[in-house]
Amino acid sequence: MVDFWFSLPLVVQGLLKGLAVILVVFPMSSLCTMAERKVSAWIQGRPGPNRTIVPWAAYVPVIGPLLQRMGLFQLAADGLKFLVKEEPVPGHVNKPYFTLAPLIAMIPALTTVTVVPFGAYLSGGQVVPLVLANVDVGLLAVFAVSSLGIYSLILAGWASNSKYPFLGGVRASAQLISYELSLTLAVLPVFLWINAPGTAGTLSLAKVVEFQSQPGFWGGTWFIFTMPLSALIFIIALFAETNRQPFDMPESESDLVGGFHTEYGAFKWALFFVAEYANMIVGSGVFTLLFLGGWNPLPWIPLATLAGWLHLGGHPLILGLLSIGIFIGKIAFLIFFFMWVRWTVPRFRYDQVMKIGWQKLLPLAIANLLVYALGIAFLTK
Amino acid sequence: MGQFLFSVFACLTVVCAAGVVVCKNVVNAAMCLLLSLLGVAALFVRLDAFLLAFLLLLVYAGAVVALFLFIIMLLDTRGQQAPQARRGLTVAPRIAAAALVVAGLASLFVKGRLATPAVGTVPALGASLKLHAYLLFTTYLLPVEIISFLLLIAMLGVIVLSKREGEHSGYGN
Repeated sequence: MVDFWFSLPLVVQGLLKGLAVILVVFPMSSLCTMAERKVSAWIQGRPGPNRTIVPWAAYVPVIGPLLQRMGLFQLAADGLKFLVKEEPVPGHVNKPYFTLAPLIAMIPALTTVTVVPFGAYLSGGQVVPLVLANVDVGLLAVFAVSSLGIYSLILAGWASNSKYPFLGGVRASAQLISYELSLTLAVLPVFLWINAPGTAGTLSLAKVVEFQSQPGFWGGTWFIFTMPLSALIFIIALFAETNRQPFDMPESESDLVGGFHTEYGAFKWALFFVAEYANMIVGSGVFTLLFLGGWNPLPWIPLATLAGWLHLGGHPLILGLLSIGIFIGKIAFLIFFFMWVRWTVPRFRYDQVMKIGWQKLLPLAIANLLVYALGIAFLTK
Repeated sequence: MGQFLFSVFACLTVVCAAGVVVCKNVVNAAMCLLLSLLGVAALFVRLDAFLLAFLLLLVYAGAVVALFLFIIMLLDTRGQQAPQARRGLTVAPRIAAAALVVAGLASLFVKGRLATPAVGTVPALGASLKLHAYLLFTTYLLPVEIISFLLLIAMLGVIVLSKREGEHSGYGN
């Protein structure tokens, strides 16, 4: 199986990996839209989607109504709706950029997935991470490529050639650049800590997880316990970078109608949201790897220990699936957290967003970096 | 395969760089600049200089060009002609640009091919984070600091110039 994979030409391998990314990210994003509806309904004390049913399934005695009640078919109904409804293109838009913007949203969202390690298996006692493209500058690659996502919002706002999308686009460009600084500064203490002085440094996300799965009390501690402020700054900046409430200024439907996507409909509109959820998934994945121990089941219990208890050392496939399950479970919780915040906290005003970004979060991130840099220098002296 | 990819990205870089200069529409020019930077980043990746490639994407493609677009959108310029009074001013830059193009082409004819050392003898400086950091904090420390001071001075100048005498701004004032 492994030999067969490596015997394939590089181009075929790349194409298969790309296909796998699309086949995994699209369903996960659409599941997120479903979860969003369910969670919002649950938080607001209403039933949520519970009417959709495929005709023949309605006649199955117990299971049919149960599935209908759970609203599982809503997912398929929403997807079909976006595919088959009319695609309106208003006459006043700049057509090339108007069409290009949703596509540009998808490219960074799907590309960043490739450098995020999503699981691990044991090979001769060594934990080997599972990742599509293993680059040494993993985190930098995620930041660099995801920073290109800003163009979809700017171009959508500009090409729509009307007031509200334009304001949304302007807001997006200022907000995303502002919070990128805090986001990058917040993760630096983690890499200062894992790169011992004198060694060749790395920005690999898999190395961060490896560092959090060492034996002993301090070795097995997740970074969220040792660097809570970094984690807090990172998650706040992540909310702003993914345009989630309370930072959804570019969209802000109460004052901008729909913000950058006001003029969009049908599948183009859906692509923006698939990209937004894909960004959330990748962001949550990076947060999990950096601060929540990646694929390690619990703090102080690394994956290798769990494999020892369950005698799974010799079954790389089962252990790989288990680690992927643990990783996706943590991501699912973080996605739920995103939704929890969205349906609980009101939106900030735009000047407040800028004030938080530049006057609160950035100084805090710099102070945090300085304190950890001095502390680490003192500890490793 | 490698040669083919190099040709594709090199062509992308050059054609888009020309597009930045030629395009009348400012947004098209900015997007050409973005594509050109992406081409350069891809060339860096072909050379295994991942750090440079991703820093280029992060800083220039991700932030600088986005700010260009932000300014273009704020000023709302849609390929207008320059005012008649300023036409005369553009003559000098045009001559300078033409001279630069001629000098570039002439250098191609005089020395079109650089001496290529054997692959093994070239140190892989782009591959290591540590070497980058070491060079930045030793050999190139002074240029980096001077540039950062220049940018700081420019920023302070803009703030001073844009803030008029006796004018209050912002919420609550």
